[in-house]
Amino acid sequence: MASSFKKALKLGKFLVTSEVAPPKGTNLEKMHHHIELLKDKVDAMNVTDHQSSVMRFPSLGGALLVKEMGGEPILQMTCRDRNRLALQADLLFASSRGINNVLCLTGDSVILGDHKEAKGVFDLDSSQLLATIRRLEKGKDLGGNDLDGSVSFCAGAIVTPEANPIEPQLIKFEKKVETGAEFIQTQAVYDLDNFAKFMDYAKQFPVKILAGIILLTSAPMGKFMNKNVAGVNVPQELIDEMSSAPKGRALDKGIEIAGRMIKRIKKEKMCDGVHIMAIGREELVPDILSAAGLS
Amino acid sequence: MIRSITKKKPEEEIDRLLNGLGRIFIIGCGTCTTLTRTGGEPEVRAMKERLSGQGKMVTGTMILPVACDNLTGEALKEYGQQIDQADVLLIMTCAFGVQTIARQLKKMVIPALDTLFIGKENGIGQFDEICTQCGTCILGETGGICPVTSCHKGLVNGPCGGTNNGKCEIDSEKDCAWTLIYNRLKELGRLDLMRTYQKPRNHQGEPSPGKIILEASSQSASVQ
Repeated sequence: MASSFKKALKLGKFLVTSEVAPPKGTNLEKMHHHIELLKDKVDAMNVTDHQSSVMRFPSLGGALLVKEMGGEPILQMTCRDRNRLALQADLLFASSRGINNVLCLTGDSVILGDHKEAKGVFDLDSSQLLATIRRLEKGKDLGGNDLDGSVSFCAGAIVTPEANPIEPQLIKFEKKVETGAEFIQTQAVYDLDNFAKFMDYAKQFPVKILAGIILLTSAPMGKFMNKNVAGVNVPQELIDEMSSAPKGRALDKGIEIAGRMIKRIKKEKMCDGVHIMAIGREELVPDILSAAGLS
Repeated sequence: MIRSITKKKPEEEIDRLLNGLGRIFIIGCGTCTTLTRTGGEPEVRAMKERLSGQGKMVTGTMILPVACDNLTGEALKEYGQQIDQADVLLIMTCAFGVQTIARQLKKMVIPALDTLFIGKENGIGQFDEICTQCGTCILGETGGICPVTSCHKGLVNGPCGGTNNGKCEIDSEKDCAWTLIYNRLKELGRLDLMRTYQKPRNHQGEPSPGKIILEASSQSASVQ
């Protein structure tokens, strides 16, 4: 059965996805709260997979919780921690429990996380994981063996529209579409004129694109991302605008900016939707949606 | 020429490994570890001074010309007495040298270095890893630049999202292999190769531990 997210993709409506992050430990209270708050306000919720290579409660467990609470999960799967046996096994399990949306990622290096001496696996990469999903759907595993019981997924991937240089990134993007990506959630975009240029290129491919929106919480956060996060470019005007907020009101300004960007993306029909990353402040997503006129 | 690239183990680790061992014979190498300044004559002398300063007795030192060579056994014989007197051999060669020496003598060996990679000196004092000897070479599809070795994640289908201004997400000193490959293939007019999907790699090209036994007939064939 097609997932509700897959149906929404096909309907061609303006899509909104957001994220929930599993906890460091077994206390699921905060995650529970975020799912409850967002499940009826977004088309689907990504459940992050040891984000930034920091060991956490698993994305599969988090996706199951979203499902159990009546939400629509997008299972994030990185290739960093599992080889092809483990990835396929987790896909079979996900399918058996009605988790049918998967975001395929290569994954950050373990060196960037909190288990710096761990072995990074990368037996597959993101495009190979997409191809693996399509193969499992045909009833075969990567070893060429028949599967007993079928699977069906809505598979997605990511792209970084502001990557420098951009050309190698676009070749990878095209491979992801060829190997089976039905939707793409982008890395954060802030310069919408640049993003519009990217979309002029991306529109020729049969894939739905959701623009990545990361909530700015302060001016220093914008500067930090420019310096430290690959492929993120926060224009100086936005950093200045964040700085101009009255003391203690930076967050409101960030919400206003995110809302304004989403509104413009929708109004100008730049792409098929947005993926909102509030990074630890998921309770603010409804405010962002209000600011965007989407609630 | 390819080289075995090493770095000195932390002093605390060497001290821990030498704990309780009073008499030490130190062996360096005149080839790779001399080049990398980790086990040449000056480093062996500094190690001797450091250990002597700790009250250890250094029974002798030597620099093997090429520690991994089969002639190492002969060279070691010249120092037989000093080696016999030692409780342990502290070896400042790469791991290949350590193993070659260990096979020759009935002595405990302690490596003073960590062997990092097989590499090449690409500038004075700069060493780069060039081949991980994966057993399934794809250089013919990447313009002669190895992503299995030169990409931190060993990716074969293009860059990850961590690539940043042509550098790797783990270290801004390290080039993004896929930026290099892109530039090379573009120059050669073969970007079609980069656009071609590479299926999952065979990680068992030669299942570890590697071992190849040439058949007698193929041996003689290769000689002809």
